[in-house]
Amino acid sequence: MKKFSPLLTWILPAVSGLLFVALWYGVRLASGLQSWILPTPLEIMAAAGHEHTRLLAAAGHTARGALGGFVLAAGLGFLTALLLGLSKSLRASLYPWLLVLQMTPVIVLTPIIMLWAGPGMPGIITITWLISYFPIVANMTQGLLSTDMNHVALFRMCNASRWQEVLFLRVPSAMPYYLAGLRIAATLAPIGAIFGEYMVGNASGGTGGLGFLVYSYNTQIKIPALFATALTSCLLGFIFVAAVAWLNWAVLHKWHDSFERNDH
Amino acid sequence: MPSAAPIVNFSSLQKRYGAGPLVLDAISLAVQPGDFISFIGPSGCGKSTVLKLVSGLSPGSAGELTVMGVKPRQARDRQAFIFQDATLLPWLTARLNVEIPLRLRGLASGPRQAKAREMLALVGLASAADYYPRQLSGGMKMRVSIARALTLAPQLLLLDEPFGALDEMTRNRLNEELLAVRAQSPFTAMFVTHSVSEAVFLSNRIVVMAAQPGRFHAEVPVDFPYPRPPELRARSDFQAKVNEVSRLLHEVEEPVTA
Repeated sequence: MKKFSPLLTWILPAVSGLLFVALWYGVRLASGLQSWILPTPLEIMAAAGHEHTRLLAAAGHTARGALGGFVLAAGLGFLTALLLGLSKSLRASLYPWLLVLQMTPVIVLTPIIMLWAGPGMPGIITITWLISYFPIVANMTQGLLSTDMNHVALFRMCNASRWQEVLFLRVPSAMPYYLAGLRIAATLAPIGAIFGEYMVGNASGGTGGLGFLVYSYNTQIKIPALFATALTSCLLGFIFVAAVAWLNWAVLHKWHDSFERNDH
Repeated sequence: MPSAAPIVNFSSLQKRYGAGPLVLDAISLAVQPGDFISFIGPSGCGKSTVLKLVSGLSPGSAGELTVMGVKPRQARDRQAFIFQDATLLPWLTARLNVEIPLRLRGLASGPRQAKAREMLALVGLASAADYYPRQLSGGMKMRVSIARALTLAPQLLLLDEPFGALDEMTRNRLNEELLAVRAQSPFTAMFVTHSVSEAVFLSNRIVVMAAQPGRFHAEVPVDFPYPRPPELRARSDFQAKVNEVSRLLHEVEEPVTA
């Protein structure tokens, strides 16, 4: 495929973005809809400015919940995958049940989680963890099972112990898979946190994050502020994904084929 | 001059995988210390299986096999395997790849590094120590693989078509380098190949194998003295030896059924 010049890769999205905003204004004018049903981008920006202290505080709250759940999922996901990847019998006995748990929509479990973990941050972190845990487990387990058999033979020839094989061979070779799992989890974690806050944020006394703002603005019919909340959530999600993309780059760019070879 | 105890001894060894057909049928062979012995034959003749048995990666089914007087697995710390592809770990630099056998033995980082640099210099890659495998050509990767196999100074080196994927020029050069390395750090070699001229250039003994079931068809001694210069390949007695092995290979090739 022909590559665009660097300038075009910036100009084209900017143009399509402007066209979209123009279309937005056009729909608003042509339909005669009112501001509280379809606010203009300017009205949304104004609402964001007006509500910025609440939005920022809420984003911080959501970021903490999302990060807590994400880190928990990254850690527990890694350990679970180690158990599943290294023991055939554990894999056979546990994996089907993990799938069953994954198939269960978290939304259905929310009241139970709140009952057990308690409302507020513990419940929010638990929901975030549940949502972002499975892609990590599934990817990392696959990675541990995909080790090159010639590499395994090499380690056997060197009389490597089981833990040496795991530490120096299986885990490093599973890293691209683990990071792919983290990338999926990074998009899910803020969603999980916002959803958790939406469900329970008010129960913790109104100090909840973006999810609680959604609930709160909705009941007050503050539609521009609701759009501003969406914008903030989008930015938060972007930060999460960008952070994991950076981690992915830092771990893999020197050796993995997914990054272009840098000639020397 | 063969010494008393063979380094590898097959006696009537049979191999089948599970309940499958016979892969190797009653092979007997004594590999003497200092031998460079090549195995050549049609696909499916079990040449790679011979190496797997010696390395202990795969157990024999019947008969006896001793390596340095003990069971293959017990002799692993005195042998090394060079695979068909370089099997470098892509996340480690050339130097760290060479260090793997030392690291798995728990050697400290200082002596490990020194040894790895020494081995890389031996294969002419001192300046590529910090390159990742994807930055190396096929020939360079294979040199790193040879350096890695030799770090622990094995008495026995098993090579499973190590140069099969390389172009002929690179292959010839690596053949010469392998003999040069062997002159400095002596080892007994068991070498599987598809190339007759490679086998003649490297070996003092060539075993021609036949398929279905895999067995030894003939053994050809190659008496050119070491060190062998590249010019050897142009000599008529070298060509005669190549022709002799090729003829034996034709005998065992499957008859074409019309």
